[in-house]
Amino acid sequence: MSQWIYIGLFFIVGLIIPVGAIVMAWMLGPKKPNPIKLSTYECGIETVGDSWVQFKAQYYIFALVFLIFDVETVFLFPWAVKLGQLGLFAVIEGLIFILILVAGLVYTWRKGMLEWA
Amino acid sequence: MTGEQITFLIVALVTLGSGLMVVTTRNLVHAALWLVATLFGVAVTYALLHASFLAVVQVVVYIGAIAILFIFAVMLTRKDMRDQGPQMNRNWWFGALLAVLTFGGLYFLLQGWTGLSKTAAALPSGFDAVGELGNALVSPDAYVLPFEVASVLLVAALVGAVYVAFNPHSGNSGK
Amino acid sequence: MSFWNDPLKVAADWLMGILTGWGMPEIAAQILIGFLGILLLISVLMVLDIFLVWVERKVVARFQDRIGPNRLGPFGLIQPFADIIKLMIKEDTTPGGADKVVYNLAPMLSMMSVLILWAVVPLAPTMLGVDLNIGVLYIIAAGAIGTLSIIMAGWASNNKFALIGAFRQVAVMVSFEVPMLATLLIPTILTGSMGTGAIIEKQDIWFFWLAPLGAVIFLIAAIAELGRAPFDMAEGESELVSGYNIEYSGMKFGMFYAGELLHAFTFGGFLAIMFFGGYRFFGLELVSPFLAIAVLLFKAFIGYWLIMWVKYTLLRIRIDHMLAFNWKFLTPLAFVLLMVVALMNALLAGTPTWLYIVGMFLSNVLVAWGALEVARSYSRREREKVEGPKPVVETAQH
Repeated sequence: MSQWIYIGLFFIVGLIIPVGAIVMAWMLGPKKPNPIKLSTYECGIETVGDSWVQFKAQYYIFALVFLIFDVETVFLFPWAVKLGQLGLFAVIEGLIFILILVAGLVYTWRKGMLEWA
Repeated sequence: MTGEQITFLIVALVTLGSGLMVVTTRNLVHAALWLVATLFGVAVTYALLHASFLAVVQVVVYIGAIAILFIFAVMLTRKDMRDQGPQMNRNWWFGALLAVLTFGGLYFLLQGWTGLSKTAAALPSGFDAVGELGNALVSPDAYVLPFEVASVLLVAALVGAVYVAFNPHSGNSGK
Repeated sequence: MSFWNDPLKVAADWLMGILTGWGMPEIAAQILIGFLGILLLISVLMVLDIFLVWVERKVVARFQDRIGPNRLGPFGLIQPFADIIKLMIKEDTTPGGADKVVYNLAPMLSMMSVLILWAVVPLAPTMLGVDLNIGVLYIIAAGAIGTLSIIMAGWASNNKFALIGAFRQVAVMVSFEVPMLATLLIPTILTGSMGTGAIIEKQDIWFFWLAPLGAVIFLIAAIAELGRAPFDMAEGESELVSGYNIEYSGMKFGMFYAGELLHAFTFGGFLAIMFFGGYRFFGLELVSPFLAIAVLLFKAFIGYWLIMWVKYTLLRIRIDHMLAFNWKFLTPLAFVLLMVVALMNALLAGTPTWLYIVGMFLSNVLVAWGALEVARSYSRREREKVEGPKPVVETAQH
């Protein structure tokens, strides 16, 4: 528990410092806003259309593949910690685990889902 | 009250409050960000339960991957990020009733249970939770089969997602 | 003398004596001391960060055959302080149409995600912020918050460039997190623990000699994670002007900028911790914690210098090439390497140390050689595919 108190303190102090810097700059700086100054920074001409742009589906696919591998490595970390004491059998189990997922990656690849097109 | 209990109460309130904001806010991206706050609250709860590994995994998987996925999905699907329609549908009273009944039922069931007032036995010092988890995942008399099946499940999820997204005739325009 | 050997404990005991003397309960005093210690560490880091601005500008100048800042103070050392004063008194604008809360929260989270990394950095044998037994995963978790802050900044700015920049950056960051996770598993396997302190303690031989390819992949993935050239997709000046932080000015921009520099330095430190023995240097770390810190900072600076070297030498890679490089080359390679390391580690477990080291090293070199051969034959085929039917003029396609 005590470890997590310190982690919590790190979060708090890590947030205080940038907040302090930004608030201080906000207090010291001048404040003379005008519509031109606050306009969106794009090429110097009026913004055309909404800033909301339609994104490619590829972003979603990459995030999804990432999610799968993220979960996979989460499973692998406890395996890796104990590997030195468990012998060859455990290693083989882990290798099978990884190979199945690499097969998934190859499937995605072959289906052309990893192309940025 | 101990410091731990106070911390828990604050964290629980923040978690529930952000959970409420997820469903009440009209802005989809805000909803996703409130969801991140909720998930982070759950991670802190894990940390309070001394479950370090789960706490960090919660942040890595839910905030690092799933929240990002949600925001990407929001950006992909809706041209319009504000939900204009009514926030309740006609069956809201039924949902509320069901929630109250579930809560009441759980309360009824759990009020006679003594486990809630017990304090958990302290872990032996030097207890290596991650190591034990690793042992359990690969030893044949424990969870080696679920461990491998988890891999198959992940691949199945991947294949399913690829199949759903795979549409050779759709022209993805724009960025 | 004892202060020289264990300064933190001496200072903490001294403070503890004073605080409990005032009638403070012990646990509260402990938390207060922890708070003060963390405040001290983070303040030192911020000062270091200011110094890093100068280092970065000086080094990039040298790479580009310039002199760099040289007017204020000796070697321009006062320059970063002038920069800070400028950032402080600049007008703090929030663009119209921006989502104010999210817009202001993003730079704070960005900086925080870097600062909290130092909770698991072992500075010296007796100085480790928090010896989490899941330290390696904690690094990734902190990175998740950084990723989130970039998305928040891009979305809240209400600017197309910012949003596109943020999305590209996040796509690259999450993609390269996969090889990074795979290479972080390698020190974990070799140590049998995820704690950063344990990883350093185990490195009687640098893990670099056991898994050189792992160190290289980690460096590449770290550079992408940092969003630095050649992976600085978000900043594509020629197309996106500045990426996700385009609408930020003054101190808020300063937070992103300082956060990026400190992040790069921190990952230089993690490269040292994971593969180059951290604070260990031929027993020097046992003499005094101060020497250990000096060793760690020196190694971190070398890692940081490597990252800068790459940044100022290579051109930006196009986003499709970048993602293809990750998913079709780096990720499979990282997983193959992971499997080879796990297997070799088990097979060579009982053998003499020299055989173990040579075996591990050679297996790494073999994997690297095989991967490069595959990449070479693939690129040859691709080139023939392009050049075969219609010869094109050589352009800057390399």
